[in-house]
Amino acid sequence: MHVVVNGRRTKTAAADLPALLRELEYEGEHMAIAVNSRVVPRARWGETALSAGDEIEVLTPRQGG
Amino acid sequence: MGGMVTFYGKEFSSRLLIGSALYPSPAIMQQAIRAAGAQIVTVSLRRETAGGKVGSNFWSLIRELDVSVLPNTAGCRSVREAVTTAQLARELFGTNWIKLEVIGDDETLQPDVVGLVEAAITLIKDGFEVYPYCTEDLTVALRLRDAGCRVIMPWAAPIGSARGLINRDALKLLRTRLPDVTLVVDAGLGAPSHAADALELGYDAVLLNTAVAKAGDPVAMATAFRLAVEAGRTAYEAGLMGPRDFASPSTPVVGTPFWHAVS
Repeated sequence: MHVVVNGRRTKTAAADLPALLRELEYEGEHMAIAVNSRVVPRARWGETALSAGDEIEVLTPRQGG
Repeated sequence: MGGMVTFYGKEFSSRLLIGSALYPSPAIMQQAIRAAGAQIVTVSLRRETAGGKVGSNFWSLIRELDVSVLPNTAGCRSVREAVTTAQLARELFGTNWIKLEVIGDDETLQPDVVGLVEAAITLIKDGFEVYPYCTEDLTVALRLRDAGCRVIMPWAAPIGSARGLINRDALKLLRTRLPDVTLVVDAGLGAPSHAADALELGYDAVLLNTAVAKAGDPVAMATAFRLAVEAGRTAYEAGLMGPRDFASPSTPVVGTPFWHAVS
């Protein structure tokens, strides 16, 4: 199926968020994720099933003013 | 030096909050933040590319500084975007603090104050401790205070404009009318004298980024701002004399040589 990750249409076989992160080689502890504009706390990543067309934001710390 | 300043129940000795963006290099960012003596540093959150480590590398640098982080909602143009970004920031940085920005105009980066108040109300109900970036408008500041903001951050001038306190009288009025709110001048400062000006008015702190990061020598400029903030606060606490319309001699008149010598 296809999902949208950070604005990019992405083909994936992942059924949930941890599988998607592994597939796309996201690493590190400091990430925050929203699915379809709703924040998904880290504790719920494993129980968050993905569906075709889901829009996923994967965010990390950055410089800011 | 000036006494402690309180942000949502936590006390800090530094009255200079500083941003982490726009520095020539990560090493200079760290050195400038240390030279500023800042204990609170603003950060943001952005998309990470697959396999990327930009965020984790940056985060390691910030953690080495042993400072409190103040995440922002920079770039948000609606209440919904700002609220969701704040919730993501809380998840990412593990803090209830949020520097709330809802931008209403791309040319001036002027805050959308209507959206700002609405977003502040929503976030405070959700347990956030909100640092709203606002204009110098008194009514907006009163609404933010009534919503539960214990810190309010009016601009001095548009972000990155380096113009200093362009509406000093309005900023002074905010200080007078909001004696119990921690007031921070945020944005538009270009020179250390601008920061001293804000502190002399009784503002509790200043928040800046570009003036230091884009200086010829950011580390030296951070030092200059630190000294200016300390000078401004010390002057405020010492009690500044008021302006007068006419001259008043500082040297004693009594005993002036040749005074009334000619009759």
